[in-house]
Amino acid sequence: MSDPDLDLLPEFHTSVQRFDKGSRIPGWDRAADLDKDPAEVPDPADTEVPAELRAEIEAEMARFPDIHSAAIPALFAVQRRDGWCTPEGIRQAACVMGVTPAYLTSVATFYDMLNTEPCGPRQVYVCTNISCSLCGADELLGLLQEELQGNEEVHLRGFECLGACDIAPMVSVDGVYVGPVPFDEVPELARQIAAGEDPLPARQLVKRPSADPKVSGSAATNPEGSDA
Amino acid sequence: MTDLLLFKGIDEPGLNTIDVYRRTGGYESLKKAFSMPHAELIEQLTDSGLRGRGGAGFSMGKKASFIPQGDMQKYVVCNADESEPGTFKDRELIQKNPHQLIEGVIIASYAVGATISFIYIRGEYAQQADILEAALVEAREAGYLGENILGSGFDLDLQLYRGAGAYICGEETGLLDSLEGKRGNPRLKPPFPAVEGLYGGPTLINNVETLSAVPHIIDMGAKEYAAIGVQDSTGTKLVSVSGNVKRPGNYEIELGTPSREIIYGLAGGPPDGREIKCWFPGGSSSPVLTADDLDLSYDFDTMAKAGSMLGSGAIIVVDDSNSVVDVAYKLAHFYAHESCGKCTPCREGTKWTETMISRIKDGTATPMDLDIMASVQDQIIGHCLCVLGDAMAMPVGSLIAKFRDEFEVEIEEARQRRERELMGGVLA
Repeated sequence: MSDPDLDLLPEFHTSVQRFDKGSRIPGWDRAADLDKDPAEVPDPADTEVPAELRAEIEAEMARFPDIHSAAIPALFAVQRRDGWCTPEGIRQAACVMGVTPAYLTSVATFYDMLNTEPCGPRQVYVCTNISCSLCGADELLGLLQEELQGNEEVHLRGFECLGACDIAPMVSVDGVYVGPVPFDEVPELARQIAAGEDPLPARQLVKRPSADPKVSGSAATNPEGSDA
Repeated sequence: MTDLLLFKGIDEPGLNTIDVYRRTGGYESLKKAFSMPHAELIEQLTDSGLRGRGGAGFSMGKKASFIPQGDMQKYVVCNADESEPGTFKDRELIQKNPHQLIEGVIIASYAVGATISFIYIRGEYAQQADILEAALVEAREAGYLGENILGSGFDLDLQLYRGAGAYICGEETGLLDSLEGKRGNPRLKPPFPAVEGLYGGPTLINNVETLSAVPHIIDMGAKEYAAIGVQDSTGTKLVSVSGNVKRPGNYEIELGTPSREIIYGLAGGPPDGREIKCWFPGGSSSPVLTADDLDLSYDFDTMAKAGSMLGSGAIIVVDDSNSVVDVAYKLAHFYAHESCGKCTPCREGTKWTETMISRIKDGTATPMDLDIMASVQDQIIGHCLCVLGDAMAMPVGSLIAKFRDEFEVEIEEARQRRERELMGGVLA
């Protein structure tokens, strides 16, 4: 007779990341370096910014009464170019905007669509929120993960409600919504994602008629127009 | 059944272009609005009884009347962040009829005297944002935006702003911070945005559906609009029905329609052989109702009296093949992920609720945990700057209150399952 497997016993604290001495704050035990210079706005003289990126960010800055509003558009511009918000890209954007890279980093880490870790440039989201999960979204995500395993171009992840519960379970491929995705079409979808093709053209949200029977041309009055 | 307003001809090909929109009577309300004094416009909006369609259900006219008079820079911000799980009505409105929204924003801006306005759309709606962007270009070229619109002497600069994926940015002050280029943390209120909002100026914030209804109110007159629906819930409402139903989608209904007619009549009810276990009447933040509540009238006050809320008008149906523990876990996980972390009760409360529900699933919970969980929900509600924490506490609290037996059964089953797993190693 052996002892019960201790690894299976409850470990209540594992879901919270812990640092030194059980603290939840990284670096809490390191004293602040009072001699260090405060964060600085990158010097235009030694920061090379590609003309395209500069033009894009400056156009965004001109749209708003306060240039800080261009933070998210600027980070999106960096992400479009580099695939994620690279430290170098953030530095360049900060230089154009006249803010510190730390400020832009603080913004980037708040939002789910801005990636602050290296990842593939193709963004694929599977909604796993309540309506979609009632319709099998978790299985869909698992299947798609299997199909796209090892593909470094594609950044696939489960995402919070994407606002398309009428086509649950659904997938967003670089902003193109498709659904409902039957499990037997997952290999085809994965192939299209990997090849950069238009994903499941017949199942794209923008082609879907209204569900309301009072609307002329809706799914209810025109059944062949719908895949419900 | 009343005629469609927001969804009138919504599937007409090309309605997203200005030519088709104008052919169907578009931008006529704007001309009518320009012939009215500001005060009369706001009076019309108040008299129509239009209540905000984003979730809070506050009178739009009243909100507009809070904007101070004077020469300071004022703003109108349209909230198109639509991140409440289960809600997808604004998406269809923007994608199929963007000019209706633009016209509504122009009228609202004119009414409160705002010369700079924004539409804040969630970043995930990339296709819809492109459509709206194209519509804005058309409206600018046609002279509906810019300087001296239609010779009225009114100037308006309307910009589209794409968010980057954060539920909290649907909260109005979180949205303003995000629009100002910061992390989307909600602000302490008061001051309310009507007094001190975007860039510190008076700001009117309304949902897409609310602003899309404005041209119709001006067109038909406040009295006629107020005749639709029931007392204190006037007009039509888009309901997004999803989850375990045969025909999920957006339906335009007259407020006061029986809930059963929406869920069974329009959306087809749950799949054959299944019964409704519970349903969320107003997005995932609303306390759940059960099959016994299906005959309630679907309007703001009846839902509030039943202990829930109409919220954003998103009905999520859960049938009896699902476990309430899984539903509660999904909710808690979502809100824990989306909590901005500014207020402790919300940040810790959502995280610990998620942890406690996962203990139920892995068999390490006891029935006493349900009481602790319920008390955590009490500690969250009303103790934070915004209602994100409440938005988890209310539905999770209601699930525990209404389905306590099921939670207890699941706790016991999972405990036994785990025991067998642990003992398996011993007996072998």
